[in-house]
Amino acid sequence: MNMYIPPEYEVVRDTERCIACRVCERQCANEVHSFDADTGKMTADGAKCVNCHRCVCLCPTHALKIVKSDDTYKLNANWDNQTINEIYKQANSGGILLSSMGNPKPYPIFWDKLLVNASQVTNPPIDPLREPMETRLWLGKRAASIERDEKGRLKNTLAPQLKLEVPVMFSAMSYGSISYNAHEALARAAQELGTYYNTGEGGLHRDFYKYGKNTIVQVASGRFGVFKDYLEGAAAIEIKMGQGAKPGIGGHLPGAKISEDVSQTRMIPQGADAISPAPHHDIYSIEDLRQLVMSLKEATNYEKPVIVKVAAVHNAPAIASGIARSGADIIAIDGFRGGTGAAPTRIRDNVGIPIELALAQIDQRLREEGIRDEVSLVVGGSIRSSADVVKAIALGADACYIGTAALLALGCHLCRSCHAGKCNWGIATQQPDLVKRLNPDIGYKRLVNLVGAWKHEIQEMMGGMGINSIEALRGNRLMLRGVGLTERELELLGVRYAGENM
Amino acid sequence: MYIDAYGMESRALNDAVRACGEHSITIAHCIGQRYLGTALSDKALSIEGTPGNALGAYLNGGSIRVHGNVQEATGDTMNSGEIAVFGSAGDATGYAMRGGKIFVEGDVGYRCGIHIKAYRENKPAIVIGGRTGSFLGEYQAGGTIIVLGLHTDGLPIVGNFCGTGMHGGEMYLRTAQVPARLPVQVRAERVAALPEDAAALVREWCALFGREEGELLRCAYLRLTPDSSNPYHQMYVGN
Repeated sequence: MNMYIPPEYEVVRDTERCIACRVCERQCANEVHSFDADTGKMTADGAKCVNCHRCVCLCPTHALKIVKSDDTYKLNANWDNQTINEIYKQANSGGILLSSMGNPKPYPIFWDKLLVNASQVTNPPIDPLREPMETRLWLGKRAASIERDEKGRLKNTLAPQLKLEVPVMFSAMSYGSISYNAHEALARAAQELGTYYNTGEGGLHRDFYKYGKNTIVQVASGRFGVFKDYLEGAAAIEIKMGQGAKPGIGGHLPGAKISEDVSQTRMIPQGADAISPAPHHDIYSIEDLRQLVMSLKEATNYEKPVIVKVAAVHNAPAIASGIARSGADIIAIDGFRGGTGAAPTRIRDNVGIPIELALAQIDQRLREEGIRDEVSLVVGGSIRSSADVVKAIALGADACYIGTAALLALGCHLCRSCHAGKCNWGIATQQPDLVKRLNPDIGYKRLVNLVGAWKHEIQEMMGGMGINSIEALRGNRLMLRGVGLTERELELLGVRYAGENM
Repeated sequence: MYIDAYGMESRALNDAVRACGEHSITIAHCIGQRYLGTALSDKALSIEGTPGNALGAYLNGGSIRVHGNVQEATGDTMNSGEIAVFGSAGDATGYAMRGGKIFVEGDVGYRCGIHIKAYRENKPAIVIGGRTGSFLGEYQAGGTIIVLGLHTDGLPIVGNFCGTGMHGGEMYLRTAQVPARLPVQVRAERVAALPEDAAALVREWCALFGREEGELLRCAYLRLTPDSSNPYHQMYVGN
């Protein structure tokens, strides 16, 4: 017996406005809408609706809205509808619950409890409209020995660096989890913005090698698409040890999503599952990690920075300390709100820690150990606005990764159904008819708009603080104050309470 | 070209190999230098001694012959080319190989052939003369692993957890005994003789190491293949 689960959302159609043009029907890959020839009217099956708002946005007469269903089980603060429905789904199927995008649960968001400083009277603010305001930065090892040649000139002993015009990069999303057009939009936007996008562990499509100077390629346990040209074509190489949305869990792209093109890019057979388990079975220690870092450097003649990406978990500071000693140039830390194309619900919603706390503690630990300059820190999961970026940098990050925010710019409405592969916005799908809905010419401009706007906002906030270089904001925790935080939280974040003096 | 590796640091040795314009390079007195032959695509390396970890990582063509044993992660993410080891190999040999061939005269350690995968004309192959440690062919997604079992220490031809997560490719073990606790999705069947492509690999192994091929080609093998290339498709329910 399959227990009936009432739909979570209802499609409400204003029949006065509806002209039965059937746009909604054509736009919905979930087949929610249909036309009743007998009555000449549109009907909707809410049970199939994932609430992606595609029909709402495209309805020419704005006749549609999606509302939360008011159907409810007997109200219970412990057993809410969602919890009960999940039990029914598992009892029906015996399956592991699978979800997408970031953790939606109401855990505390520390970004929203941090406030940024501004200068008043003394140390005056700087007006970014008339003064230079530097958002350019470099990622990589800063610790370098001073050596001179026989003529006494300084030798360049600095390790390879990534140059960013803005402290925001696009985080790892593989071709397979997102579409060709989404990748093209990210790559072109990264190029125009002077930043980087990240291939994820899905290989690099032949068409995108031309964006190599703005591409970070990923190496994960399955090594999909990893070969000489892939490594050499990139600006930097990222070793994926973990992901914020699913720490301790690997990647699993079902065979059904492995189209001809995805198969070529990943260099794996079409239709067979692509399994990339959480453990790298050749890495059981920092020494083993060092071996992978160094073999990648060796393969690329020590010309590219190597990033090691880990999920923010309980022992993050000790893990980061180890990575900083592994030869890696950059550590990327992904918080527990980071997005994903598919993750077991229980892992996504219950494993890992907030990025704010992990970042503050990692920066602190690396400083205490005198190795902060051995690595740059990049944080993600989830950075939602320029204010989050400013706060992250003040807490100690060098730059941020954005994934969900970038997808929102491309049209994503956070329906959290990526795992179904029927994304009506042409992002998290490989169906050609859906993919073509995302126009990369428009998509890349929207990404450039978003990050460009953030850059202006970052400059405004920096100017307000009297800081004219983003690198002078890094780790400047006196620029932050906490509100609504406990003594312990303030201590972990390394910030004072609002109202406290320097 | 001849390089005496005695006392050389890994990076200096690798730089010397990269800088060398000649096709054939002999490295003598190798003692543990890592990452030798990384991502090379057109050289013939001959190594005397014991190279360190990650020999021939990302190898993209050409050949590496080692007159001695090799350590861990030999041929990591190898794309094509050939590695021949006149001795035994350590753990994680051929990790995530996508193409090329690895021939080992003696035994290999744990986690050999994990994640090896095939892609179009690329069909990776690992042929082992002796026995293997545990976790042979874990997550194998393609390619061929052959274990000849010519070891004489009386231990099982493969260790524990052989073929865990295997979802493609095939293994041939020269034994009648099915490995203990084989996962449910892996099928074991006895084949009276090797199919031609596997037999060709055994012939190549014999030619390299100067062994008689007759006996190795005439006997029965245990063939391991996955039941399905989508072993986990029933595991999830959308939420």
